[in-house]
Amino acid sequence: MPPALRVDRVAKRFGAVTALAGVDLEVAQGEFFGLLGPNGAGKTTLISALAGLVRTDDGKIEVMGCDVVADYRNARRQLGVVPQELVFDPFFTVRETLKIQSGYFGIRDNDDWIDEILANLDLTAKANANMRTLSGGMKRRVLVAQALVHRPPVIVLDEPTAGVDVELRQTLWQFIRRLNRDGHTIVLTTHYLEEAESLCTRIAMLQAGRVVALDTTANLLQRFSSHTLRLRLAPGASLPPGIKARAALHDGVWSLAFQHFEEVAPILAQLSAAGCCLENLEIGKPDLEEVFIRVMQGERGGMR
Amino acid sequence: MSGFRTLFYKEILRFWKVATQTVAAPVVTALLYLMIFSHVLESHVLVYGRVSYTAFLVPGLVMMSVLQNAFANSSSSLIQSKVTGNIIFVLLPPISYREFYAAYVLAAVARGLVVGLGVLLATLAFAPLAFDNVLWVLVFAALGGGIMGSLGVIAGIWADKFDQLAAFQNFLIMPLTFLSGVFYSIHSLPPFWQQVSHFNPIFYMIDGFRRGFFGISDVSPWTSLAIVGTCFALLTALTLAMLKRGYKLRN
Repeated sequence: MPPALRVDRVAKRFGAVTALAGVDLEVAQGEFFGLLGPNGAGKTTLISALAGLVRTDDGKIEVMGCDVVADYRNARRQLGVVPQELVFDPFFTVRETLKIQSGYFGIRDNDDWIDEILANLDLTAKANANMRTLSGGMKRRVLVAQALVHRPPVIVLDEPTAGVDVELRQTLWQFIRRLNRDGHTIVLTTHYLEEAESLCTRIAMLQAGRVVALDTTANLLQRFSSHTLRLRLAPGASLPPGIKARAALHDGVWSLAFQHFEEVAPILAQLSAAGCCLENLEIGKPDLEEVFIRVMQGERGGMR
Repeated sequence: MSGFRTLFYKEILRFWKVATQTVAAPVVTALLYLMIFSHVLESHVLVYGRVSYTAFLVPGLVMMSVLQNAFANSSSSLIQSKVTGNIIFVLLPPISYREFYAAYVLAAVARGLVVGLGVLLATLAFAPLAFDNVLWVLVFAALGGGIMGSLGVIAGIWADKFDQLAAFQNFLIMPLTFLSGVFYSIHSLPPFWQQVSHFNPIFYMIDGFRRGFFGISDVSPWTSLAIVGTCFALLTALTLAMLKRGYKLRN
């Protein structure tokens, strides 16, 4: 079984700017894969390269074992891309748009599947509305529908929830999760790290056109993040020196990192013994944001 | 081949949905030209010694409409898709660059022919037309439309903004069409301008096209066919090379 995606030493320059500096990646079939990185890290260039929208300078990309250049017809049949920009063709209705998109992939009678996608994305009532008349959220859903008309095994979503309201975000993720359960491979880029954390089983982080971290979400969290005890002291109170030494103050809140929950009780006991009064106490989970920040600041070791 | 068929159909549907603007408007424009020029010149000019000016003008206007609308169709479709970003819907599917070219150019030819037919039907009332050889009419209309459709693809891909496309249209396409003999026989020009006209490929398209109506032309229709055919072949090769490289589309 070929991997859903195989990216091999892919490089791309735009003039003096290096967008991709030798990217290696492999995404297995059925994965829910996250591609993260700051703006300009090369995420969209990488997606464009695998969709055939950009010619790479070097390297090789395969989608389900099909080379995106030499065997572009088969590669593109395996791939559905939801672009980042909210684009649409103002001449057509939703249904016309989807029928035309099906035709581009050589599918003539696709009405049953189109109806199903429309129903799942809550678009049935808008099927005969012109694209111009739709709200931004509706247009976003049509973009998702367009990427699915040819039932691609690999679906790439480039920041699908940018500027999308909470309700639609939920509908969208429910639907994408179901597609993933049904066996579709999902590749996602997003700036919402909590989304990536809850959805993606494996994550690659890109920085300046290179993969700087690539591991399962669980491993990344374990390696780069920890539980945090957050304390807000009552006015006039101060931390005992032993605890203060390992705590960090930020916005009036002291944070203490810990690995195991057994460590919490002794800390609290020390505070109590020192007569330190607390105004508030919180326990924070490890989160991807911390992982992201630490990886971007140059901590490596996430490479595998 | 199905990708091609759908893209062709989409391009036809695109202009047909706004036919008032893409078909009716150019027919009205051509009618205005006809009414004004024939009013002024009808009693003064006889072309080829026996053809009334209005009758002479009609095929010129028909061909000019074919050419301008073929160019307008592919160029405006592409620039709109590029500016709005929906060109991506055509670039993501498994459509080859040859299919891409054929779909855009054939749709451009189709729009040109539809408008040309509209102009022809609308002007029938003003001047009785002869059809000496319908084959010349069809061949030159199709090749002319193909040439302008290809130029439209090139301009639509090259231009990044609407004003660049407008410049292409106003400084290249319009002068070449207006100075090609739409409104006059080049034999009425001073010798220098006659010579210059021979370097304008559109002159041969219109001259050959008119030959199909009157059986008379400024140059042999075979010469015109050779020149127009060569132009079409060269432009096709150039456009295909651009598309194959992905110039501005896949970069």
